[in-house]
Amino acid sequence: MAKGVLVDIPKCIGCESCSVACKLWNELEWDEQEKCKTAEDRAKEPNNGLWPEEWTSINRFDLEKDGESVARYVKTQCMHCEDPACVSSCFSKAFQKLPEGPVIYDQSLCVGCRYCMMACPFDVLRYEWKKAIPGVRKCQMCATRVANNQETACTSVCPTGAITFGEREELLAEAKKRIKENGYVDRVFGEKEAGGTSWLYISDTPFEKMRFRTDVTTQPLPSYTEGYMKATPFVGVGWAAILAGLYVYNNKGKEPLD
Amino acid sequence: MELVTTILSKAGAKKSTVKWKFKMTPMRWVFTGIAAAAIAVILVRFVLGLGATTNLNDQWPWGLWISFDVLLGVALAGGGYGTALIVYVLRRDKFYPIARSAMLTSLLGYIVVVLGLLIEVGQWFNFWRPYVSWGHASVLFEVFWCISCYTVIQILEFCEVGTEKVFKGAHKYLKKAMPVMLIIGITLPTLHQSSLGQLFYLMVGKVNPLWWTAFLPVFFLLSSFFVGAGMIVIESTLAGKALNHKVEIPVLRGLVKISAGAMILYMMLKITDMVVRGTFANAFAFDLPSIMFLSELTFGVIIPIIIAFSSLSSTRKGLIWFGILTVSGVVMNRFDVLFTGMGKYLNQYGGSYVPAVSEFVVSLGLVSIACLAYLFLAENFNILGGHGSEHADDIEIKDGKYASTAK
Repeated sequence: MAKGVLVDIPKCIGCESCSVACKLWNELEWDEQEKCKTAEDRAKEPNNGLWPEEWTSINRFDLEKDGESVARYVKTQCMHCEDPACVSSCFSKAFQKLPEGPVIYDQSLCVGCRYCMMACPFDVLRYEWKKAIPGVRKCQMCATRVANNQETACTSVCPTGAITFGEREELLAEAKKRIKENGYVDRVFGEKEAGGTSWLYISDTPFEKMRFRTDVTTQPLPSYTEGYMKATPFVGVGWAAILAGLYVYNNKGKEPLD
Repeated sequence: MELVTTILSKAGAKKSTVKWKFKMTPMRWVFTGIAAAAIAVILVRFVLGLGATTNLNDQWPWGLWISFDVLLGVALAGGGYGTALIVYVLRRDKFYPIARSAMLTSLLGYIVVVLGLLIEVGQWFNFWRPYVSWGHASVLFEVFWCISCYTVIQILEFCEVGTEKVFKGAHKYLKKAMPVMLIIGITLPTLHQSSLGQLFYLMVGKVNPLWWTAFLPVFFLLSSFFVGAGMIVIESTLAGKALNHKVEIPVLRGLVKISAGAMILYMMLKITDMVVRGTFANAFAFDLPSIMFLSELTFGVIIPIIIAFSSLSSTRKGLIWFGILTVSGVVMNRFDVLFTGMGKYLNQYGGSYVPAVSEFVVSLGLVSIACLAYLFLAENFNILGGHGSEHADDIEIKDGKYASTAK
């Protein structure tokens, strides 16, 4: 069944082991500039610190909770939507949602139009602008590991249990249990957002203060254009038939134009 | 510049000669200069990539090239299918004199769009993928198929004109195929003009509600239709100066009135849309999006409607103003949907995008190439002459003067 990851934000201590594991498993390049950045720096960047070679990044937010100041660390990466906008927006099927959960990308099919980047409800797709032959880059949710019944690289190294890999349905129940037990904000971010995502977040501090897109639609994004695309062939054929009729009618008994 | 090509019509038989002419004027040198600069930038883009030649970034994956070369290029080329509909399908023969030039402008517009797309996409060598790997849930899939097929259809339609002069043997076959090509050539643009609007419907919550609506496809379609008359007025004015050929006022006025009819429908739908979604407060908030939205409608739609249905449209000056305002209105609209409409969302965490000089150079360069191509084709083929089929035989002028198109 479909896998997922539960992120328990208050449990994260910001050690960034997950980021290192991601780099190692996916063989991503180290960037001098990125190495020197702190989680606080990344939280202020327009792209959350996600780059073509940074598929996940830890953002630190200093917030106020019950009159005390607390630091909260948010792991960012692709949310792996249940019904992804990138998959439906891609006109050459370079994106695919696997039954096990991961949304994966195949550069050999990609034309490079970047409609997926415009469509992504969580703005997690990154482009290799510096390359002559660029591709889209994002977390692949360790699709090959997941296919082999292994957990994702990042979750496998988390020392505090802030990120847990498992069955999405089970994680969702666990998330709701933890919300009740710990008095968290009553919302599992990812349960319904964009029609539901494989990654689920729970928190004791407001999501909107940690750059979550809390006003995102709960409808699956592909549903916005589905009807249009289904109607198109019929509209096309119908319109062509009308035009043909008009052409014949209006040209009756007239000298043809050239 | 004159060039005489000699074609062996039948092996060893009599030779027939065809003359080509292209006189360089200062303006044409300017176009050539811009085109050369653009080609230089394009070469750099292919060698070093998009990052080196554009200011695009992960917050702004789409920028000037998409909005200008593609969204706008397709819209402004909309005069072709509109004219084909009015002249060939509805047989309003009065407008026949502008049919060929409007359709040529459209063809060149689409060639610019296709070239622009090849430059703009990251893996241009993969352009054919959607033909075999069908991402048919994507609106872009529809846009891609329609634009590419329509460009081919338009090339064939032009071949019907072209074979009056060269490869004359193919002319009669092309002429027979014209009705089919015309009907497909109206259906396809109707579909993709609206789909270009629908593209933005997927960006739920990212586009300003003033522009993000279920009516997007209808608005894009209607505006591409009514901008046709504006483009024809401007084009015939410019070509009139360059090639000493004027289109009669009643012809243009008639077109302008048809266009204004579509504008009234557009305006009514805009108002209905605002009522249904309750966006009047946004429209009259007088912040940047509201000012852009209101001026787009006032200058680009309402004033042109007034010009069209008043005595103003009986003068060339009035017609030119109609053209300038309508075209500017559609230019504003396409830029608004992307830049004004998405600016607030895409810049919310400090993103920014201002097109690089090199991006402007490429966009202007592509337009320059289209202008040069138009001038060449209009001077060498029967585009502006309009009337009557200049049969293949009439084209050959023995005394060397080639004057059939310049009247």
